[in-house]
Amino acid sequence: MIDWSPLVISLKTASLTMIFVFFLGLLAAQWVVNLKSEGLKIVLDGLLTLPLVLPPTVAGYFLLYLFGVKRPVGLFFLEYFGVKIPFSFGATVLAATVIAFPLMYRSARGALEQVDENLIYAARTLGFSEWKIFFRVALPACFPGIAGGAVLAFARGLGEFGATAMIAGNIMGKTRTLPLAVYSAVVAGDFETAGKYVLVIVLVSFLAVVLLNYFALREKRNRKGKKS
Amino acid sequence: MSLQVDIRKSWKDFSLNVCFDLDKGPLGILGASGCGKSMTLKCIAGILRPDEGKIILNGRTLFDSEKKIDLKPQKRRVGYLFQDFALFPNMTVAENVGAGLILPKKEKQEQVCRMIEKFHLTGLEKKYPSQLSGGQKQRTALARIMAYRPDVLLLDEPFSALDAYLKEQLLLELLELLQDYSGDVILVTHSRDEAYKICPELMVVKEGLQVERGRTEALFRNPAYLETARMTGCKNLLKAEKKGPHELELTGLGLRLMTEQPVPEDVQYAGIRAHYFYVPEEPEKEVNLFRPLDFQETEAPFEINVIFHTKENSPGIWWKLEKETWNRLGRSMPPFLALSPGDVLPLR
Repeated sequence: MIDWSPLVISLKTASLTMIFVFFLGLLAAQWVVNLKSEGLKIVLDGLLTLPLVLPPTVAGYFLLYLFGVKRPVGLFFLEYFGVKIPFSFGATVLAATVIAFPLMYRSARGALEQVDENLIYAARTLGFSEWKIFFRVALPACFPGIAGGAVLAFARGLGEFGATAMIAGNIMGKTRTLPLAVYSAVVAGDFETAGKYVLVIVLVSFLAVVLLNYFALREKRNRKGKKS
Repeated sequence: MSLQVDIRKSWKDFSLNVCFDLDKGPLGILGASGCGKSMTLKCIAGILRPDEGKIILNGRTLFDSEKKIDLKPQKRRVGYLFQDFALFPNMTVAENVGAGLILPKKEKQEQVCRMIEKFHLTGLEKKYPSQLSGGQKQRTALARIMAYRPDVLLLDEPFSALDAYLKEQLLLELLELLQDYSGDVILVTHSRDEAYKICPELMVVKEGLQVERGRTEALFRNPAYLETARMTGCKNLLKAEKKGPHELELTGLGLRLMTEQPVPEDVQYAGIRAHYFYVPEEPEKEVNLFRPLDFQETEAPFEINVIFHTKENSPGIWWKLEKETWNRLGRSMPPFLALSPGDVLPLR
């Protein structure tokens, strides 16, 4: 019988990551899309996408640099909230959020940019406030794209290893996620357990990708206007 | 009801410079695609921001670069009918129609019902835009705009997204609707038929600049500029030079023509509408005579198009005539074609 705690921790981490990243990514995308300066757009887009292309260990380094107990942000959390971030469950979510953020941000940006601009203009001439336009016009029009981004973020949250290992460690029952459990089992020479964890992670990831394709299909149909 | 527009805007490779006013209209803005006619509407609606100038609607300043006034589109009370109608795909017909209304629920419902009825949308309230035909979409978009009671109605190529057989019917419907509407109307189009049928007044635009403005009939009868002649459908536009107060020479053809209108000093082209040629009974009495060397015919549904040359390697000249006439001529070119001086248009 294998220990199921890595699966539970992974699912919790991935779910929370998806929720955080959904809002953060959407806000960032909306902000960047509405920027007037093309130059600023490029620079910001680069910064926001960086965690996607950097090795996760580099992201982990930055996270430790900021949130370490003796670093300014980490110290602030420790002194004012009594929370020690490194090697806590929160750290797995923090690491996964940073790594998965660009996936959501880029999907949301692409989806928002694809929204027919005449819809936005029409809404403006009809007196819609910018908030109403975002929630009633832009968001419904690009929902499949955004949902796809959220699923990608979930899958990435599930698979996060490098940054998690650095800031959250590998504490059984607390911060040991599925990828870390696979690593630990292999290092310990227990290929059978590792194989079981691998099977679980493949299954869950596959389900996520199937879901992603479903959203992509719906988006395609929306464009063609066959279904509303 | 009045609208004054005087705006300039530059891009890297294009600049817009238009100045016009209208009193109710409908004013037609006629121009080839990419000439800046839609941009003009977008500036009026506040979607694009001009670099400088003024837009005043019924005494209300919408934009004034000197006074630094630039009302948001939300505050302009401008109705914009988009080419693709821009219906919100996630809202039903009824929700679309009521989208611009900020009223208590009951009043809003009543207003939506009135509009649905007025625009013959009864029974479609719960449908989504993707389930509507082109004509129904257009009516929904118009109902949505009219429910909002705008001070000016901007129609951006309203028929271009529709099937040909629908256009004429919808054009009649639109004319009927415009009769009840007390605000100003501007129609942007590249179709001379639409402009002629809907707009008593016309402005011709080319590459961001206005070319000519006037009563529609007058512009169709006597265009003064090449672009006006082209946009009103004049088929033959031939290089010309002034030879006398009422005489010009078609330089490519080496042919002199008399005109009824005085020929301006800077005449560059002569316009000849393809329908205006006739077969002279006594050629020696005609002042403007053409001797076709050859001809090539194509058959359109209700008329014959003939292209002929009067000189080797010169541009072909279009002649359009009824099938009956062509059959009477034995479907071959007569030795002479004539043109009355009133039908030769000197163009700048």
